[in-house]
Amino acid sequence: MPSDGGDALAPRLGHPAAPRAARGLSVNALLVRRATKPLLFAAALLPFGWLLHGAIFDALGANPAEELIRATGDWTLRFLCLTLAVTPLRHWTGWHALARLRRMLGLFTFFYGVLHFLCFAWLDMGLDIDAIVRDIGKRPFILVGTAALLLMLPLAATSFDRAIRALGARRWRALHRSVYATALLAVLHFFWMRAGKNDFAEVAVYAAILATLLGWRLWRHFAPRPGA
Amino acid sequence: MSTAKNPAHPFPVASEITPRAVYHDRRRLLQGLAAGAALATAPAWAQAPQPGRLAALPGARSALAGAVTMDKPTAYADTASYNNFYEFGTDKADPVRAAGALKTRPWTVQVEGEVRKPGTWDIERLLKLGAMEERIYRLRCVEGWSMVIPWVGYSLAELIRQVEPTGSAKFVQFVTLADRAQMPGLSSSVLDWPYVEGLRLDEALHPLTMLAFGMYGEVLPNQNGAPLRLVVPWKYGFKSGKSIVKIRFVEKQPKTSWETAASSEYGFYSNVNPNVDHPRWSQATERRIGEDGLFARKRPTLMFNGYEPQVGQLYAGMDLKRFF
Repeated sequence: MPSDGGDALAPRLGHPAAPRAARGLSVNALLVRRATKPLLFAAALLPFGWLLHGAIFDALGANPAEELIRATGDWTLRFLCLTLAVTPLRHWTGWHALARLRRMLGLFTFFYGVLHFLCFAWLDMGLDIDAIVRDIGKRPFILVGTAALLLMLPLAATSFDRAIRALGARRWRALHRSVYATALLAVLHFFWMRAGKNDFAEVAVYAAILATLLGWRLWRHFAPRPGA
Repeated sequence: MSTAKNPAHPFPVASEITPRAVYHDRRRLLQGLAAGAALATAPAWAQAPQPGRLAALPGARSALAGAVTMDKPTAYADTASYNNFYEFGTDKADPVRAAGALKTRPWTVQVEGEVRKPGTWDIERLLKLGAMEERIYRLRCVEGWSMVIPWVGYSLAELIRQVEPTGSAKFVQFVTLADRAQMPGLSSSVLDWPYVEGLRLDEALHPLTMLAFGMYGEVLPNQNGAPLRLVVPWKYGFKSGKSIVKIRFVEKQPKTSWETAASSEYGFYSNVNPNVDHPRWSQATERRIGEDGLFARKRPTLMFNGYEPQVGQLYAGMDLKRFF
């Protein structure tokens, strides 16, 4: 990776670089602690634990199946946003050690995505394979959601170090860029789902976050690099 | 009323009496304790509305064919907490939270259009117009879930006969309350307000079409459409307008709110029909709220929500795929 554009710009724009670096350093120091990853792992499992508890103790309201399907979908989108926020955040804040958490966040996106699909397939479709396949073919928003999940499959399958070495960093990175397509499909899936009720407030929030995160990448790709 | 001032008085003060809701809920509470999860589950049941808090509104068991289903009624806590009432927000948990302040007195319903006796009907007069009947109807939502609700009210036909529609009255339009001061959901542009619905005159005159003022032997909770609403059991739930303020008799088929929002998805008729799918929800099956277990297969949806023997003839010869 080339040198960090944000930090290189800072002195030129007259920002006091020193306190910024110091702040970045302290957060980085926290991020590299050995406990950080287990803590994040536990935190990322909290929504799952909460939903499991709700399902067992019948605390999910009048329509628990719908609540499970929606909540797992929401958490998939949230983890997707978090995963895609890692690189921009590193550049904006200098918290470079965030990078070591990215894989876990990505895998939790996949985890909640799989749960979302399982809830749909089991609670909505009664695990009837024929009905599921027919439903994917019949309803565009289901098709798009399924495509988003399938696109994540090779990313999850090549998330470990040996796969990166086997593929080579360049090809691995190219493969993992398909997460951008997953993000677009996921938002489209949510949009189409809500379109039936004309209710786009929540969709707009996720769309704005993802547009910012993906737009920043585009801007960085096409904008002339300072000092390059 | 307070007896606290007189220590000799044998009756307890009101605040010392176990609230009826808690009393009603004791079994669930004990179960929760037994499961060792009372603390964690408390918020869920504490928020759920319970019967016994609203004024009683009894109705005699209806003798009308098809008006009393044998299906087990859905728990009041579910019926009164899981609502689509967009004027109070689009989340199903919004109405129970936001509808509490809705003022249902004074309340009038304006009857206008192609009738010989137009006029304004006060809610108290409407309550006395027909004999209150209890009817246990299935309610099928277009979203693929269903409930069984004991409504209290009478056939809309009773009111229609009073106002004497003219020969040019072919359709009936129902306009529901849209009051920004009381309904936070109106600030969203999900639908064009006020919410309007409509029926063909013969549908409106069908005895199963009901003007409901209560449920479970009590007046309607606000979130379920107090003080009066329509119930058309063979159509998807959204056809049954809540908190009605105007009934208009017209010659041409009126546009409904959902038709205006998405005419390819919601038709004027919107009869429950397992053979015509909605693009977002399969209509072949449904989940009965509170009854079908989490992992149970959904039950098949019945033509006209199971009311085909009563209402099928209204649609004889019609292409229901076209007129969905």
